[in-house]
Amino acid sequence: MMKTLRIKAFGITRDILGGREVELPLNEGGTVGDLKAQLASAYPGVMELKSLFIAVNNEYADDTVVLNATDEVALIPPVSGG
Amino acid sequence: MIKITEKPIDVQKVIDTATSLGAGAVNVFIGTVRNTAHGKNVVWLEYEAYESMAVAEIRKIIDEASHRWPLLGWAVSHRVGTLKPAEVSVVVAVSAPHRRESFEACQFIIDSLKSKVPIWKKEVFEDGEEWVSARPEGVSATYN
Repeated sequence: MMKTLRIKAFGITRDILGGREVELPLNEGGTVGDLKAQLASAYPGVMELKSLFIAVNNEYADDTVVLNATDEVALIPPVSGG
Repeated sequence: MIKITEKPIDVQKVIDTATSLGAGAVNVFIGTVRNTAHGKNVVWLEYEAYESMAVAEIRKIIDEASHRWPLLGWAVSHRVGTLKPAEVSVVVAVSAPHRRESFEACQFIIDSLKSKVPIWKKEVFEDGEEWVSARPEGVSATYN
């Protein structure tokens, strides 16, 4: 069954995605790498960023991490605090 | 103490929190809002944080700093929301037995914060606005 992943967007990604939170379909076994590919196709603006990291449950996650519908997933564009 | 706050930062309170009786040095970094960027006047900055992760990432940085230097106390406070030039955006304070480790630890913490912690700022100019460092140099077109 197709599940839905809720994704938080911050900084410039909030402008690109058009909201603080968006939903994307999640395939069984879908990874962070798959999500990046989905984002690039649905929101080409993310390709223009200097970098884009994905956080899963408040931790930076690499492309191999498998996503679950219950995970807290967030887009982390280049940070600029300080 | 790790704090992400919409209210003005009480710098003295951050320093007091980091201070320790055994310390011979308290080192403080105060980040402030500059009034120009890219040769233009900054009207204000808008800061936002992914708060739960920002706190977790700052904690990791402090843990690493505590591992590398003999810290006796520390405190980090970062402002979010709308900040005008000259306002304080971030304060890092550490105390240690001697000055050298206090300088090194304080610099390590603020440098790591700037490169890893999920906090973002948008510069608002008279004629547009721009998320800082979001796009590669040269393609950072200002948009309205």
